[in-house]
Amino acid sequence: MRPFHYSRPGSVGEAVRALGADPGAEVIAGGTDLVTLLRDGVRAPSQLVDVNRLGLDRLSWQPNGSVHIGAMCRNAVDDSRLRRAYPGLVQALRSGASPQIRNRASFGGNLLQRTRCAYFRLPEFDCNKRNPGSGCAALNGDGAQTALFGASPSCVAVHPSDCAVALVALNAVVHVEGPAGARRIPIEEFHVLPGETPQRETALRRDELVVAIELPPAPPSHYLKFRDRTSFAFALVSAAVAVEVSGGTVRSARIALGGVAAKPWRCLAAERELVGKPFTAPSIAKAGDAATEGAKPRPGNEYKVELVRRVVRRALTELGNA
Amino acid sequence: MREKASTFAGEPEPSGPNRRTVLVGAVGAGVAGTALAGVGVGLAAPTTAPPAPQETLPVTLTVNGVRRSAPVDPRASLLDTLRDQWGLTGPKKGCDQGACGACTMLLDGTRVLSCISLAVLHDGQEITTVEGLVAKGEMHPVQRAFAERDGFQCGFCTSGQVTSAVGLLKENPRPSRAEISELMSGNLCRCAAYSNIVDAVADAARGER
Repeated sequence: MRPFHYSRPGSVGEAVRALGADPGAEVIAGGTDLVTLLRDGVRAPSQLVDVNRLGLDRLSWQPNGSVHIGAMCRNAVDDSRLRRAYPGLVQALRSGASPQIRNRASFGGNLLQRTRCAYFRLPEFDCNKRNPGSGCAALNGDGAQTALFGASPSCVAVHPSDCAVALVALNAVVHVEGPAGARRIPIEEFHVLPGETPQRETALRRDELVVAIELPPAPPSHYLKFRDRTSFAFALVSAAVAVEVSGGTVRSARIALGGVAAKPWRCLAAERELVGKPFTAPSIAKAGDAATEGAKPRPGNEYKVELVRRVVRRALTELGNA
Repeated sequence: MREKASTFAGEPEPSGPNRRTVLVGAVGAGVAGTALAGVGVGLAAPTTAPPAPQETLPVTLTVNGVRRSAPVDPRASLLDTLRDQWGLTGPKKGCDQGACGACTMLLDGTRVLSCISLAVLHDGQEITTVEGLVAKGEMHPVQRAFAERDGFQCGFCTSGQVTSAVGLLKENPRPSRAEISELMSGNLCRCAAYSNIVDAVADAARGER
């Protein structure tokens, strides 16, 4: 591990100034991802800015029924109102990592965790994300974990978060603070597709700090995750669904997929199959089919297409039965 | 392996107070919580050079009820610090990458993986390791249950399993067997003593009701 300067700001303003003053500085929150990247030589920041003591660890319910989740709330967050209002989010959080990791991992860090692509995490391989311009070893490597949607010739990695997938279905907004003040980034615009710059993963500027996640009031939601083993594994494919039904008709639907793209992948075509229809098996089956629209399978990940179809169908069915 | 702190030994040390001595002094004085505010940042203006790495920073932890302080390399994991600085070798270094759970400790009462956290992040906090579970010479009920149920074979993962189970029962005092399996999934046992481990945790949960 390369030496770094450790700083522990006492306010968000100080943290932002520290990031701005040192182009090599990175934020450390729970550290559950970053420490492994430091140890493996994947990251070598000149400075770590510790944001654990900025008072960003609070849940704050707003008069209009929305909630602001502090960026340093841990992924083990246990709040009965959050469970009732956003079951899909709490299911997503509980399906991630292990209890010990959830006790340390933060909401902000969860959004900013790096891909689990093995070629990114092993410095002996070429990776445009880790070392821009070096190439992508995954293109001719093991394709089983790679992206179905939104990949580029530069990068086929997927985002590993469960939480972020639920946040897309729940229409979250990311609150950030930077030198110019506060800014709100809709969750769908927070993560970006790789294009020719896979090293750039989010809309966050390097001197900005995620301070909270805002969730508006949401319809019933559900999260379903498929993985190689029952627990403590990243998603092969997951789906978060949030559907508002009244009078037997779907009024609104938001569907997002995990494990298939460099960002949580919103399925607009699947949503369109539901809105205005009864929330029943035939329309749910059509939504599952539509969720695969635009999929570009690569050698090794073809299985994900059928998995997307079934995960979406089952997530919606379970939500309907709940 | 970590590089040694001696990497910095050759750096020239300018005379008089400089950023490093100011910062180290400030951190040392700040053990009592909010006094920590502002360490290392107020001095940084956009025109200054990036701050240099600290060779060590003073870290104070309350470990199993005993207050301990040491100068710690900022890169040192919480696990290495407890094992190497203070000889607490109950928590094991299994994978050193957050996958196996052998390094599980309680941080302010909550189970965490000490191999993927840095000691400097925890200045002023309370740690309980497996060594701290014994009270007045009596094994913790979870330890007793593991012994009675043979919840191990080689024993390497056991301190992490036991500490994790203590944390689990704080989070969820009445877990079902299915919940025990799920909520112990962060602790691997390569001897596969899992069924006895679940029995032990279930016994301990019954005993603690």
